[in-house]
Amino acid sequence: MYKIFRFYFSDLIRSRWTILYTLFYLLLTTGLLLLSPNISKVIISLMNVILFLVPLVASMLGILYYYNTRDFIELLLAQPLNRQNIFLGQYFSISASLGISLLAGIGIPFLFYGILSSPEIFNYLTLLVTGLFLNFIFAAIAFLLALKNENKIRAFGSTIILWLFFAVIYDGIILLLLSFFRDYPLEKFTLGASLLNPIDLSRIMILLQLDIAALMGFTGAVFSKFFGSGFGIAISLSSLALWILIPLWRINRISLKKDF
Amino acid sequence: MRVFTFLFLIFLLAFAERNPAYAATIVVEPNSSQHPIQLAINQANAGDTILIKKGTYFVANILVHKRVTIRGINNPVIDGNGETEIFTVSSDGVIIEGLHIQNTGISYLEDRAGIRLKQNSHCIIRNNKLVNTFFGIYLEKSTDATIENNLITGNAIEENASGNAIHCWYSKRLSIRHNQTIKHRDGIYFEFVDNSNIAENESKDNLRYGLHFMFSNDNNYFQNSFSNNGAGVAVMFSKCINMWENRFYSNWGRASYGLLLKEITDTDISNNLFRENTIGIYVEGSSRIDYHHNEFVRNGWAIKMSGGCLDNHVLLNNFSGNSFSLSALASSTNSNTFSHNFWSDYNGYDLDKDNIGDIPHRPMKLFDQVVQKTPEALVLLRSLFIDLLNFSERVSPIFTPENICDFHPWITPVQNAVEL
Repeated sequence: MYKIFRFYFSDLIRSRWTILYTLFYLLLTTGLLLLSPNISKVIISLMNVILFLVPLVASMLGILYYYNTRDFIELLLAQPLNRQNIFLGQYFSISASLGISLLAGIGIPFLFYGILSSPEIFNYLTLLVTGLFLNFIFAAIAFLLALKNENKIRAFGSTIILWLFFAVIYDGIILLLLSFFRDYPLEKFTLGASLLNPIDLSRIMILLQLDIAALMGFTGAVFSKFFGSGFGIAISLSSLALWILIPLWRINRISLKKDF
Repeated sequence: MRVFTFLFLIFLLAFAERNPAYAATIVVEPNSSQHPIQLAINQANAGDTILIKKGTYFVANILVHKRVTIRGINNPVIDGNGETEIFTVSSDGVIIEGLHIQNTGISYLEDRAGIRLKQNSHCIIRNNKLVNTFFGIYLEKSTDATIENNLITGNAIEENASGNAIHCWYSKRLSIRHNQTIKHRDGIYFEFVDNSNIAENESKDNLRYGLHFMFSNDNNYFQNSFSNNGAGVAVMFSKCINMWENRFYSNWGRASYGLLLKEITDTDISNNLFRENTIGIYVEGSSRIDYHHNEFVRNGWAIKMSGGCLDNHVLLNNFSGNSFSLSALASSTNSNTFSHNFWSDYNGYDLDKDNIGDIPHRPMKLFDQVVQKTPEALVLLRSLFIDLLNFSERVSPIFTPENICDFHPWITPVQNAVEL
């Protein structure tokens, strides 16, 4: 698997898209750091971009890459290679190259800014870790959908709908439920609901780091108590990890059975 | 001739020493007797000065019942041993300065103070350091007192086992200037105090309020700074209070605000800075208040108005980077106005270049209203869905109240007297 990974990875890391993607983050982060003196403001602005863009780009590029290299996959399948290794190697190479783009694009300007000695280092790390998680999660989901659908358009459509669901529609449903049932205690419900959506979970983890908890009254108290405890952090990180593992398990299963 | 003048002067000096109409000076040294300071006061005549030399004095309650000046040289330490109130001043015109007063201990039966002014007038307390006193300076029916340049530090842990740094009750015409009040229950507490000035004080890290006003009318407070207090500053049940050039910042917590106005009328709030408070100003049942030239920077809510607020006029303020600019109950009958403010989230245009936006700004977004009704919805803050919701509401307002609207929003920040 490592060989396949390395092969794909060296191809991907030199691709125009990866370089463009890295440059975009580099420019954005440098610009924000130059424009705003307040580092937590920069983190909030970056958060808005990351929560919006990382899932979209990861799923789009993931699916594109799968269909673009389909001929090569068929070639590989003809070789005496383990099937799982081929697909997992491909998945890890695409998500790792995107992850490195993100890491470099956001990391380098902050390093020069001196984040390591800043008190905001922990907030920044939260942002980085959740960004990387989102990247791996949505690449996995996109890859799974691509494997499932022979039809390229259908795979694209369903990925976009899925992204739209997590980024926008899910919050709408939550808001509706919250306003319908506002006479009931809803803290546990909101907590559970936010654990189920990786984008929401990432957003809340970052915002709670940035003290928004104080705005939230009782709900905020419940949230910051949960996310502030080691148990809560473990739960939310494993919830994010599950979002990677479950699609990966499905990819594994499908790759064993799929006819090409 | 010269010899005569000299003799005359000596005679004058000697005469002055004996005549009670002239001030004498009594010097107190540590360990000179059992209660050297009380003894000196008992021996002194009105108008005398008692100089306390450097050292540590363990004292019982000292009663100041004569018009004397008590002055410390190089900050002598007056220690109450954790058992007693230290100075109880009942005479008019007493001056206490340059002392380091400490350890009254906590009592649940009496309000022990570092210095208590009791039914007197024209006293001056200045340049003292009060450390670990239950109440710092306690004014009880005292008029025309001056409290100046004191540093009052407590170590309050619990609200019900701690006192206030400067506590004023039934007093008039006080001047409280340039004090630092740290880690008490309330920094400065006013109850039934009229016609007083509070200026240039710094109040921080107090458990409850930096400044607490109750039933106190016609007071001014200006150029103070209030930070990191449990719940900020509370001004309640009072009228004609002027608040100018104060700084309220970092009052951050679930039940915290920069400034709480409750049942306040006829007040002018101008040139203040509100920075990083959960709620900048929380207004409840207050009427005829002018807010102008204030800076609201990075607060959770800049202004939150609950019901029963009439004739609040918000004019020429800067609102920048607040999570919510305004939260107010919509009612067609209230007469609160918003005009000529700068809102950092305004996205209109100014075609005629008169620095006033051409389309009105609605400081209350749809999400603000949703949060008002369903507080839990705050978890959706900064989500894409909420941005879309606010955007669509802004394009065609349906739900947001008609009368909460700035028809003349400023395009660039208003020039204010406060620096950030």
